[in-house]
Amino acid sequence: MKKSSPLLLWLLPLVCGLLFVALWYGVRRWSGLQSWILPTPGEIVAAAWQERTRLLAAAGDTAVGALGGFLLAALLGFGTALGLGASRSLRASLYPWLLVLQMTPVIVLTPIIVLWAGPGLPGIVTITWLISFFPIVANMTQGLLSTDMNHVALFRMANASRLQELWLLRVPAAMPFYLAGLRIAATLAPIGAIFGEYMVGNSSGGTGGLGFLVYSYNTQIKIPALFATALTSCLLGFIFVAAVAWLNWAVLHKWHDSFERNDH
Amino acid sequence: MEPVAPIVKFTSLKKRYGAGPWILADINLAVAPNDFVSLIGPSGCGKSTVLKLISGLSPGTEGGLEVLGTTPRQARDRQAFIFQDATLLPWLTAQRNAELPLRLRGVAASERAAKARAMLDLVGLAGARDYYPRQLSGGMKMRVSIARALTLSPQLLLLDEPFGALDEMTRNRLNEELLALRERSRFTALFVTHSVSEAVFLSNRVVVMAANPGREHGEVRVDFPYPRPAALRGSPEFLAKVNEVTQLLHQVEATISA
Repeated sequence: MKKSSPLLLWLLPLVCGLLFVALWYGVRRWSGLQSWILPTPGEIVAAAWQERTRLLAAAGDTAVGALGGFLLAALLGFGTALGLGASRSLRASLYPWLLVLQMTPVIVLTPIIVLWAGPGLPGIVTITWLISFFPIVANMTQGLLSTDMNHVALFRMANASRLQELWLLRVPAAMPFYLAGLRIAATLAPIGAIFGEYMVGNSSGGTGGLGFLVYSYNTQIKIPALFATALTSCLLGFIFVAAVAWLNWAVLHKWHDSFERNDH
Repeated sequence: MEPVAPIVKFTSLKKRYGAGPWILADINLAVAPNDFVSLIGPSGCGKSTVLKLISGLSPGTEGGLEVLGTTPRQARDRQAFIFQDATLLPWLTAQRNAELPLRLRGVAASERAAKARAMLDLVGLAGARDYYPRQLSGGMKMRVSIARALTLSPQLLLLDEPFGALDEMTRNRLNEELLALRERSRFTALFVTHSVSEAVFLSNRVVVMAANPGREHGEVRVDFPYPRPAALRGSPEFLAKVNEVTQLLHQVEATISA
């Protein structure tokens, strides 16, 4: 990618966003639509401010569910990929079934998950885990199998044990892949949690999270608040992605080519 | 005086993959202690395969191969391999990369750090120990790779076109440094290259190989005494040796087009 000035990098999306808002106001004005069908951005922000305590508390609850499912997926995904990467027969036996799991729409599984894991947080975490798990496993496994053959030869020449080859070579070499999996999972986890809350509802006490707010505002026809919930969900997603982007930077910036600066 | 046991001894070795064509046919190369043998020949003549056989990365199909008086795999502790690219682990600093073989052998942290540091000093990288590979030039990476190999004090050093990707000036300088290192460390070397002048400058024996199947075609002895000064490259005797090897290579290429 060609290097752009940081000013341009901020300015372009800002201008684009402002144009979009202006268009929004224009559509509202000329279409004659009412506020409860198409609220203006100003009305949405006002609703967000009015509902700030509920929205914040709900976002906090959603964050807990999303983080729980995400961490579970990160951990189990790492472990599963280690197994799949180490054994060709395990890979052959399990991978198709992982795909089957991934291809099954979560909405179909939701009643079963609620039946088994229970409503509330356990169910929400399970749904979030289910959505975030596969990209992590798939990426990490690919990474473990993409080790440079000369590096492997180097380890063989040094009579390295299988364990040394795994921890000192294959796992570090797979880190960029693992982190790419986490990045995808970070965008999915809040969506999974909100979907879970929407399906499982407010049966565990607490606020029920953003997903329950969607249900609640919808039945009350509080459309600007519904848009405000969407905005809040979006912000939560950004925080997740930013956190993983930071992790990615922390692990890779010293050595990985994706952080190459052309200053030497 | 009893005869000196060879460092590497091939006896009618043949190699092929599965039922495929013969990669190597009837190799009878013998390498004596302190030899610096260069293998040169057209691509596909199996010269890299020869190194893989010696290092035990790949088994022979027929015939025998003895390395340092034993099997290739059992001789691994006493040999080191320098690859075509530097094969440094990108997530380790130069220092940690140089330590790697010692670490894999379970050498204590302080000892391996000291050994690696000494070797990096020796290859002129004292100031670059904490750099990551992506911060190093091609020549510097190759120096780390050489330092890494020498931390093991190997008796036999296998080099697979190590300087092939470097510019000629860097290549020449690294050639000189490699010979200087050998004055200190006294290893026997097997060196695969495409460059005739590099082979002549480094070696006391240049083995020319032919392709399809890979085999030894001829050998040129290069008796210039070590240490060899850089100025040797301009001497008429040196150019005569380069010509001699080049002519053998021409014969080999003629057999391909025929």
